[in-house]
Amino acid sequence: MLIARLMRNRWLYLMVLPGLLYFLIFKYWPMYGIFIAFKDYQPYLGFWDSPFVGFKHFDRLFSDPNFIVLFRNTFILALYNILFFFPLPILVALMLNELRHELSKRIVQTLVYIPHFMSWVVVVGIAYMFLTTEGGFINVLLEKLGGEKVTFLVSNEWFRTIITTEVMWKETGWGTIIFLAALSGVDPQLYEAARMDGANRLRQLWHITLPAIRSTIIILLILRLGHFLDTGFEQIFLMLNAMNREVGEVFDTYVYAVGISQGQYSFSTAVGLFKSIVGLILVVLANRLAKKFGEEGIY
Amino acid sequence: MPIKQSWGSRLFDGVNAAMLFAFALITVIPFIYVIAGSFATQKELLTRGFILFPTEFSLDAYKYIFSTQTLVRSLLVTVFITVAGTLINLFFTCLMAYPLARRDMDFRKPILMLVVFSMLFSGGMIPTFLVVKQLGMIDTYWSLLIPGAISAFNLIIIRNFFQQLPDGLEESAKIDGCNDLGIFLRIVLPLSMPAIATFALFYAVGHWNTFFNAVLYINDNTKWPIQVLLRQIVILALGGIGDSTAMESEVPPPDQAVKMAVIVVSTLPILLVYPFLQKHFAKGVLLGSVKG
Repeated sequence: MLIARLMRNRWLYLMVLPGLLYFLIFKYWPMYGIFIAFKDYQPYLGFWDSPFVGFKHFDRLFSDPNFIVLFRNTFILALYNILFFFPLPILVALMLNELRHELSKRIVQTLVYIPHFMSWVVVVGIAYMFLTTEGGFINVLLEKLGGEKVTFLVSNEWFRTIITTEVMWKETGWGTIIFLAALSGVDPQLYEAARMDGANRLRQLWHITLPAIRSTIIILLILRLGHFLDTGFEQIFLMLNAMNREVGEVFDTYVYAVGISQGQYSFSTAVGLFKSIVGLILVVLANRLAKKFGEEGIY
Repeated sequence: MPIKQSWGSRLFDGVNAAMLFAFALITVIPFIYVIAGSFATQKELLTRGFILFPTEFSLDAYKYIFSTQTLVRSLLVTVFITVAGTLINLFFTCLMAYPLARRDMDFRKPILMLVVFSMLFSGGMIPTFLVVKQLGMIDTYWSLLIPGAISAFNLIIIRNFFQQLPDGLEESAKIDGCNDLGIFLRIVLPLSMPAIATFALFYAVGHWNTFFNAVLYINDNTKWPIQVLLRQIVILALGGIGDSTAMESEVPPPDQAVKMAVIVVSTLPILLVYPFLQKHFAKGVLLGSVKG
């Protein structure tokens, strides 16, 4: 019976096989490789023969003064993201929704989606062209207005502002799509009925439009909280330099610096594992929270 | 029947539209600044600190960067990675998605669980790096093509899409003596072409923008994709573009213009496919919002 069943589906197995192998090799083998966080991995000894050291690397991480710095930097950047970036797509989506002129709406949408498709290298590159002290747009403007040049790119004070602004510039437009989709499902009769009852635009917005995207907002906020530690890695990696490392170094960039540049594979794996576990817990909690709000959750 | 708008309502509309156009303008001005600057002459860049539109038009920056082997090679590498990588993505993703969409497939649930869990938890940068290294992929193009062959997220969306196709078609094909692979190739794939095109575009943009994997896995600078070269030139300012093949007789164009030209060249292909992207992407995002 079983054999017959397996034979009947043999083509399906054959088709699933390459993908399955992909996941086993590139997703699950690295998960297995996490064990080097509990070893002193030496490339010449290999995975098995490297000595087992237990929690040594975690002890080092938690007693390292860098740990607090990493945590603070990650936390502040994530907080800025939620405070300053997160509400923006909602606001723009609401504004677009009020824009009755179809052509204008399409033009604005077409333009504001563009940056999403640019790589971070391009976005950071453009930011450099704007902010550099050597003829950058902003600094030239400041000088012409009688001010002094500001070393935006190599300063601790400006780092977080620039990171957050770049995200706002790149992703706000794109972020509106999901809200616009939710808004397009609103029955126009609701607005008509409200108008009949004498509700002005603001009241229509408050009583009809906002409730329509309430659950989308909640679920996206929860999702964002679940990925709280995932500050945009490529972006920060590109913006980071010796002069702003103090406020810019986050877990991911630290893993790269210690692991790849310095070759401390075991310690950096431990740092990465710490982040992954906290991330997993946050996602699971966020999902629970979503379900508590009566939403479907994400898995 | 148009309803007469109140004064306040019209003011609201006006302010709203103005603010949205201002936002759109803020979004595109940086591009215009960079594109315009890449066509500027040295004289103009030196005398007027900033320009939105140069009065004198010059192709020097482009002549210069295309005379260097480095940039042309990087572009070719990136084109290759984009084409080969997208084909590999589609092959692996669709081939795996179909059996997982079939209700009569055994072990469907455990395999799906395996996929979903990989979205929630990962080995992380270093263990993945060590696997790629162990497989001997460092400094080969394979390292940019294979480790990202399937996006779990896209896989699940395509699988959901396949699942929505009517079962009847498969049944009749089966009666006609078609095996499962034949059903997939002759019926499911042709029916799904629009959806697959959407994902092809998304994968392709991802490959064109490949950056960090190349930093991680490619040390040999003759194999750098364009984004890595762009970072060298614009952000690290190592001037990696000038090599012996560059024309030396001419006056070198201003540094700024060269940087801007490199940004334009590495962005242009995306802007060219953008109309298609825009046509498809909303669909993609909305598909993505369907629970997996």
